Amino acid sequence: MSHFIDRLTYFSRVEGRFSGGHGIVTGESRDWEKAYRGRWAHDKVVRSTHGVNCTGSCSWKIYVKNGLVTWETQQTDYPRTRPDLPNHEPRGCSRGASYSWYLYSAARLKYPLVRARLLKLWRAARAQHPDPVDAWGSIVSDPEKSNEYKKIRGLGGFVRASWDEVNEITAASNIYTTKTFGPDRVIGFSPIPAMSMVSYAAGSRYLSLMGGVCMSFYDWYCDLPPASPQTWGEQTDVPESADWFNSSYIIAWGSNVPQTRAPDAHFFTEVRYKGTKTVSVTPDYAEISKLVDIALHPRQGTDSAMAMAMGHVVFKEFHLGGKSEYFADYCRTYTDMPTVVLLEQKEGVCIPDRTLRAADFEGDLNTTNNAEWKPVVYDETSGGFAVPDGSIGSRWGEAGKWNLDGRDNASGAALRPRLSFIEGRDEVVAVAFPYFGNQPHDSEIFAHTDHAGIQLRNVPVRRVQLKGGRSALVATVYDLMAANYAIDRGLGGGNTAADYDDDVPYTPAWQEKITGVPRARVIRVAREFADNAHRTRGRSMVILGAAINHWYHMDMTYRGIINLLVMCGCVGQSGGGWAHYVGQEKLRPQTGWLPLAFALDWSRPPRQMNSTSFFYSHSSQWRYERLRVDEILSPLADRQKWADHSLIDCNVRSERMGWLPSAPQLHENPLSLAAKAKQAGRDTKEHVVERLKSGDLQFACEDPDHASNFPRNLFVWRSNILGSSGKGHEYMLKHLLGAQNAVMSEDLAGLGQPKPSEVKWHDSAPEGKLDLVVTLDFRMSTTAVYSDIVLPTATWYEKNDLNTSDMHPFIHPLSRAVDPAWESRSDWDIFKGLAKTFSALCVGHLGVETDLVTVPILHDTPGELAQPMGVKDWKKGECEAVPGKTMPNLVEVTRDYPALYKKFTSLGPLLEKLGNGGKGIGWNTDAEVAFLGKLNRTVTEAGVSHGRPRIETDIDAAEVVLSLAPETNGQVAVKAWQALGKITGRDHTHLARPKEDERLRFRDLQAQPRKIISSPTWSGLEDEHVSYNAGYTNVHERIPWRTLTGRQHFYQDHEWMRDFGEGLCVYKPPISTRTITEAVKRRGGDSRQIALNYITPHQKWGIHSTYSDNLLMLTLNRGGPVVWLSETDAGKIGVADNDWIELYNANGAITARAVVSQRVPEGLVMMYHAQEKTINTPGSVITGKRGGIHNSVTRAVMKPTHMIGGYAQLAWGFNYYGTVGSNRDEFVLVRRVEQVDWLDKPYVEGQPLGVEAMK
Amino acid sequence: MNDPLTAFFFGIYPYIAICVMVVGSILRYDRDPYSWKADSSQLLRRRGLRWGSNLFHVGVLFILFGHFFGLLTPHALYEHVISAENKQSLAMISGGIAGGLALIGLLILIWRRLADERIKATTRFMDMAILLLLFAQLMLGMLTIPQSARHPDGATMMTLALWAQHIVTFRPGAADYLTGVAPVFKAHIVLGLTIFLIFPFTRLVHMLSVPFKYLLRPGYQVVRRGRRASPLG
Repeated sequence: MSHFIDRLTYFSRVEGRFSGGHGIVTGESRDWEKAYRGRWAHDKVVRSTHGVNCTGSCSWKIYVKNGLVTWETQQTDYPRTRPDLPNHEPRGCSRGASYSWYLYSAARLKYPLVRARLLKLWRAARAQHPDPVDAWGSIVSDPEKSNEYKKIRGLGGFVRASWDEVNEITAASNIYTTKTFGPDRVIGFSPIPAMSMVSYAAGSRYLSLMGGVCMSFYDWYCDLPPASPQTWGEQTDVPESADWFNSSYIIAWGSNVPQTRAPDAHFFTEVRYKGTKTVSVTPDYAEISKLVDIALHPRQGTDSAMAMAMGHVVFKEFHLGGKSEYFADYCRTYTDMPTVVLLEQKEGVCIPDRTLRAADFEGDLNTTNNAEWKPVVYDETSGGFAVPDGSIGSRWGEAGKWNLDGRDNASGAALRPRLSFIEGRDEVVAVAFPYFGNQPHDSEIFAHTDHAGIQLRNVPVRRVQLKGGRSALVATVYDLMAANYAIDRGLGGGNTAADYDDDVPYTPAWQEKITGVPRARVIRVAREFADNAHRTRGRSMVILGAAINHWYHMDMTYRGIINLLVMCGCVGQSGGGWAHYVGQEKLRPQTGWLPLAFALDWSRPPRQMNSTSFFYSHSSQWRYERLRVDEILSPLADRQKWADHSLIDCNVRSERMGWLPSAPQLHENPLSLAAKAKQAGRDTKEHVVERLKSGDLQFACEDPDHASNFPRNLFVWRSNILGSSGKGHEYMLKHLLGAQNAVMSEDLAGLGQPKPSEVKWHDSAPEGKLDLVVTLDFRMSTTAVYSDIVLPTATWYEKNDLNTSDMHPFIHPLSRAVDPAWESRSDWDIFKGLAKTFSALCVGHLGVETDLVTVPILHDTPGELAQPMGVKDWKKGECEAVPGKTMPNLVEVTRDYPALYKKFTSLGPLLEKLGNGGKGIGWNTDAEVAFLGKLNRTVTEAGVSHGRPRIETDIDAAEVVLSLAPETNGQVAVKAWQALGKITGRDHTHLARPKEDERLRFRDLQAQPRKIISSPTWSGLEDEHVSYNAGYTNVHERIPWRTLTGRQHFYQDHEWMRDFGEGLCVYKPPISTRTITEAVKRRGGDSRQIALNYITPHQKWGIHSTYSDNLLMLTLNRGGPVVWLSETDAGKIGVADNDWIELYNANGAITARAVVSQRVPEGLVMMYHAQEKTINTPGSVITGKRGGIHNSVTRAVMKPTHMIGGYAQLAWGFNYYGTVGSNRDEFVLVRRVEQVDWLDKPYVEGQPLGVEAMK
Repeated sequence: MNDPLTAFFFGIYPYIAICVMVVGSILRYDRDPYSWKADSSQLLRRRGLRWGSNLFHVGVLFILFGHFFGLLTPHALYEHVISAENKQSLAMISGGIAGGLALIGLLILIWRRLADERIKATTRFMDMAILLLLFAQLMLGMLTIPQSARHPDGATMMTLALWAQHIVTFRPGAADYLTGVAPVFKAHIVLGLTIFLIFPFTRLVHMLSVPFKYLLRPGYQVVRRGRRASPLG
């Protein structure tokens, strides 16, 4: 009744006593308890998740009270697993639990923002030009005007504008760029569709309908392991985390599971209760080390040396030693070990060449189709060379032969391929193997050995008669591997080891000097790992991740580990295999999403670009390249052939030969090429080929600094490219944005280095290439700070979307628990609004146009059989220029610009006309389109979209994905397996039949997480009996891997692979980036400074940059940027814990606080990846600019072997293969900062943009 | 008969002030229980609190209780123990020391509230007003000491005590006692009553919630049985 009166109980306070008077019973009012009950009361709970590329994809309850999101907690209603396997929940970590802070925080973007200087220019131009497109043109064609707003990017100065106005500016800019320079100058960067598929699709659909470019991310993030496409022809496919529980030996190799896979880590701890042995491999004392039985600490960047030594042990004891029949059978059936390799004789020694093909034999060994693409084995049964089914040659144009049943491709007889020629050999010859471990590194922390660069080792070979009477020596991959591992087989000759203690590469003794790991431990772990796999038929697993994949020679580390797994028959077995977890790249309903995302329902092909080459080229990082190609060439390669090549030259050749994609594509506007051909009275394709050959027309990549070839517009959404993944951050600021930057490096001219031979050199590099940068985000990220227009987008609790992960088999919704706050809108609505404005404004500038798209040779298409026998450049006259064969394909696409909005909001007719599919499988999808017409209703307005299914809302878009994808529609799954069955000649439909009638709708997902359905898009099964494991259907359904041999590849026979010494896996030390020059040292003055290897692992208090500006997370750490270093190194430069320190090299500088810790080994400095530059980042004393971000001291360095294309599994695919943005070979100088300058003075006109370069 | 102002301020105003304080406090306790707190800024900054807060509280509590005993104890009760002259001296010396402590403490608290950005940012009008009022009141109180020193006979003290005792016992004519009293005493009384008046609207209410009961409670485990059926059980 009244709190006051309720307390007046002085006469009846105590009603009873108990426990000898220690307890009392009272009758006082309990109304105050309402307070805390009310605190947790709420109006509703909505299911959503976080689209943050953490791989968690956890289901969360979002609590709403009075129309506001109040908090979130973990959902606990996942479908159960099965007996003897723990359930998935609880899933979710402290980062996700802090997300609701963002919604109403100061960091939230609330209104559309425009750079004030641009808005002033725009309004003035609009007053003069009634047409917005002309108005935009008047600003960007005047360098003085455009420089006015470009130079203050990153320095604040935003003002609010209306949605109408920002849409008008953006659309006008897109139209002007498309019309003047070409649609391929409009670029969009958005990563990881799996984290919010509809949001991704919104932007990519808009761009694809326009002809704009969608940028890759997986390779740019350096999360893509090139070793995976090289070995398996698969981007990445991994076991779900529940499968860890099926393993009995797990090595966590450079993966800090409890920190970076928090919601999955419980399986790792739980399986230890079953007796599973666990091992960790990390350079530091990482959190995972406390969950293991053996912790190995190799010197960072030298993991491949240890992997090679372990391979030496396993190959010697289990393969040569004949310990495991299982290993031998597995390798004979599922790997290229029995594949026969030609040996090239050069100066008296033999060098492994390409694989022997059916076409090398007289009569093509009786095969009729693609004989050049059919590698050969030696059949023990018939005693002759034979072509097995399942190679890439039988994948295309030959129904029913692409399988691993082990039959002869010509006769259909059962084959038994011979692994080794040691029995029945014709000769033993010395074969040369390259050795790279003798290269001294600039820093002494990376030790080298003194073994010769060419290692001759005896190999048993056979002599074979080939076409035209030619005779050749051949060896099996098995025998070459034994020699590559330097195992003594009693064949004589040198450079092999009979004992593990011999100092020969790659023995356990040899690796000690490089990695610092005692040999006994290496031998023990290798032996136990293999022995466990032998006893359990493959239940040994390696969990690995970005930490070891971000080194320049990451493929050597990965292949070293993959070799172990494949040799031990672990891949494709429950509880075994390669568990590579980096980002949330697993877009489960991929084939349903592709048409929506890239507008394949309206026009094909879309424009896609590999980001590493793009940023390397367009942020002019190539102008500062210090790594020469001859440094990384194999000692066995023809140096003359590579003499005039720099890294960018390799990339240009690659683009020209149709290997890698291009963007911008050609030197001229692609909308003008058809018209020009028509004028000349010629077919467009032929005309363009002719002009390219004559040099009248060039590829844009041959002159990236020419104004016609600049990328002009950049959209960034669902991404923080400058704050998180921008390798060479300062170069991007300088050249792409024209903003203040801290590049301290001289360019090639200044360094006195040779200029590229394929790229035109301009003495002064362009700055501020981008005319307009538009960023969509819910928070003021570092990228938003540098943008011209910032659009406030809905948070993960304010929109409807889809989310999947590789860590579990469920598909989750993001749900609109509350309406987007303030003036924010969902990504779908933002791009839809933009499409509408674009369609309205383009009239008079753009109509129905013919666009010419250059398309690289694509993996999983028949085109991947392009260049079988060697590398030939048409530009050098080495072959004919044939689009799609020796150069990119040229495809005309009609674009109806005024109808862009109508197309955006409806499902187009190409799905019925061309069907749907992916990864080389296609099916008819008429039924699903008809169904969508009923579900979403059809368009009634007149125009191109009349009668088509609507896609008005984000839920409509989600339904398109769910209906078209086999993973979420059982009928499609059955169709997809049927389609695959036609190619393999086997019936796979039993995998989907039990779920044929299952169809997941968006509301179903909101009710409960749903398991997806097994589909041939993926190599594992979603099944009641097994956990998802990659390669499972390859092994158990005998579906070939999508590689040259159709098997898992130990041997890479492409010419460039061999030239760079990576035919077989070898140890390669980290590269010297040479960013610490005498000039950089001088900048440090007389302060005590130390050079340390700089790495950027993932953090505990954020997911990439998200949460790194979240108050709740900042409170758990030090509230700003930190860098970890060892006590020893800190002592050398007089740094105490929490001191401000500065890190710098020629690329730029960082200021952060020091965390001095015993966790870190000497010689290493760690800055957790992606701590926002917007939080507590002071100025750098050295540069006088804002103290940088973790990528301020890095620069992307490309690797030529990643540019290979047009060759079976080494053919390009979006986010599948290509150059990767490695950054861990970098070194920085570190010193203590005496006086911190916060740079909090206002901007003064005329401030210098950059830092003066010094040699 | 007095002039109307004296009659109001010392005959009527005390009842208004005390009524507002009592009724206002009960209403605030009932209507807005979450506002019933000391509003400490210790979480924002500890600096200055150890000296400032402790000095102030020790001093001001001594003075408060001193005033209560000094003013409200009937003369008859203590005249055999201590003479009025000695009582006045005791009050002047002890009150002077306590007042000095409280003043130092208060100055530290005022300085802290003005100089510290974090505390300044969370300071509301009433937080600052009550500090300044207390400061003024302390100053006035200290100024009465020299005034009292001129009349060491304790007569003024007796007059003031009689006034106070008349007020709390509802006897008429209380205001008459103050006719000849020095203005500094009058100002001190009026300001004191004003502090009573605004008491329910400030953080001062926390002084009513000193958790004495922890010292006296019998059991360490309390089971609340809830006699009335509550909708929340």
